[in-house]
Amino acid sequence: MSNPKKHSQTPSQTVGPFFAYGLTPEQYRYSLTSVAHPDIVDPEMGGAHILITGQVFDGEGKTVGDAMLEFRQANHEGTYSKRAEDDFMGFGRVGTGTEQAHRYEIRTIKPGSKPGQAPHIDVTLFMRGMLNHLYTRIYFSDETEANAHDPILQLVPEDRQASLIATRKEVNGRLIYHFDIYMQGEQETVFFDV
Amino acid sequence: MKEKELPKALAKRDWNNHAPLIYPGYKSTLIRNPTKPLIVVPEELAALDMPVYGDSAIGEFDHDLTRNARINGEPIGERIVLSGKVMDEQGRGLPNVLVELWQANSAGRYVHRQEIHDAPLDPNFHGAGRTLTDSAGSYRFYTIKPAAYPWGNHHNAWRPAHIHLSLFGHHLGTRLVTQMYFPNDPLFAFDPIFNSIPAHARHLLVSSFNLDMTEPGFALGYEFNLVLRGKNQTPFE
Repeated sequence: MSNPKKHSQTPSQTVGPFFAYGLTPEQYRYSLTSVAHPDIVDPEMGGAHILITGQVFDGEGKTVGDAMLEFRQANHEGTYSKRAEDDFMGFGRVGTGTEQAHRYEIRTIKPGSKPGQAPHIDVTLFMRGMLNHLYTRIYFSDETEANAHDPILQLVPEDRQASLIATRKEVNGRLIYHFDIYMQGEQETVFFDV
Repeated sequence: MKEKELPKALAKRDWNNHAPLIYPGYKSTLIRNPTKPLIVVPEELAALDMPVYGDSAIGEFDHDLTRNARINGEPIGERIVLSGKVMDEQGRGLPNVLVELWQANSAGRYVHRQEIHDAPLDPNFHGAGRTLTDSAGSYRFYTIKPAAYPWGNHHNAWRPAHIHLSLFGHHLGTRLVTQMYFPNDPLFAFDPIFNSIPAHARHLLVSSFNLDMTEPGFALGYEFNLVLRGKNQTPFE
């Protein structure tokens, strides 16, 4: 028999506009230390180092300067860390309020993947004006073959899949992936009921 | 089937207890949430392992906001103990959940640089901290009771006094950011963020005063329990 639920899930509330000094203090230069950072990998670590950058746009096309994004990914072999103390924690957090154009940047390594899946990063999004955090995913534009067979990406209608695919650029030998999030409009990003 | 081979799954997000994505009374929800339905994914995704934090993430005074930002004295305001249990839907305590907290000071002012409310800052109060739940799922903070503050959502809009809480559990689906309120606040009836929650679930965001948790001569006790999505039980037919 399945156990009856005795307790109701605590409702979610918005992160509000003032999370930075508590959740992303080092990035915003507050005094508290941070327990999660925009730099998921340190520069000396092996693997293909990449930069992921982008903006969040609201329904009026304006950039959002008070969003927080969290990133969860596997290491280059497709394995997830279980402990925050692991060498590659595979978790990062960034706010969109420290750069004039409200751009976020994370430095990491390109994740590997298990057979049958495409490399991806799970993204959790929080902001003022959002009462419930939402889940989306980053896939990579240079993984066409793997993307075509990824079981989660293939749940998405074909004409909306592009909203989940970060586009690759090489700038002065650096590998940069561009991933914008559109809350509404023609390019509205796909969000998952995780 | 051996237990090991069963797919891991987490109970679904209970949308009956959460606010709708778009709640017109809270104006910015109108342009900051998707208009297309969320795409349903297999339950296993919610059970994705997250990196679990250990004691090394927490500093000695991180849980004590009455001490963690002192410069030349004690912060001003009513000292409180805020304590409770983080559990799953079956009531099982969840250990090693990272609980992060941030709030306004006793005058209703946030430390955040973009805050424009002209209530005074307190040089001895930062208003942020963190802790980990213990082996029984319990957490405890010392802080100063925050005050209400005005915001721009509508004419004469005031937020009831509240404390922001961020919970980082062991799975992708056990993430929760919420706000905790104090009992009998007269502003509840006028706050669209509080009222965005279905009426039957609003009490789940209100702490209760607890005399047993109150520390004599030092701080009033408020109890606030939090429930995260639980592991689904495997039915045996």
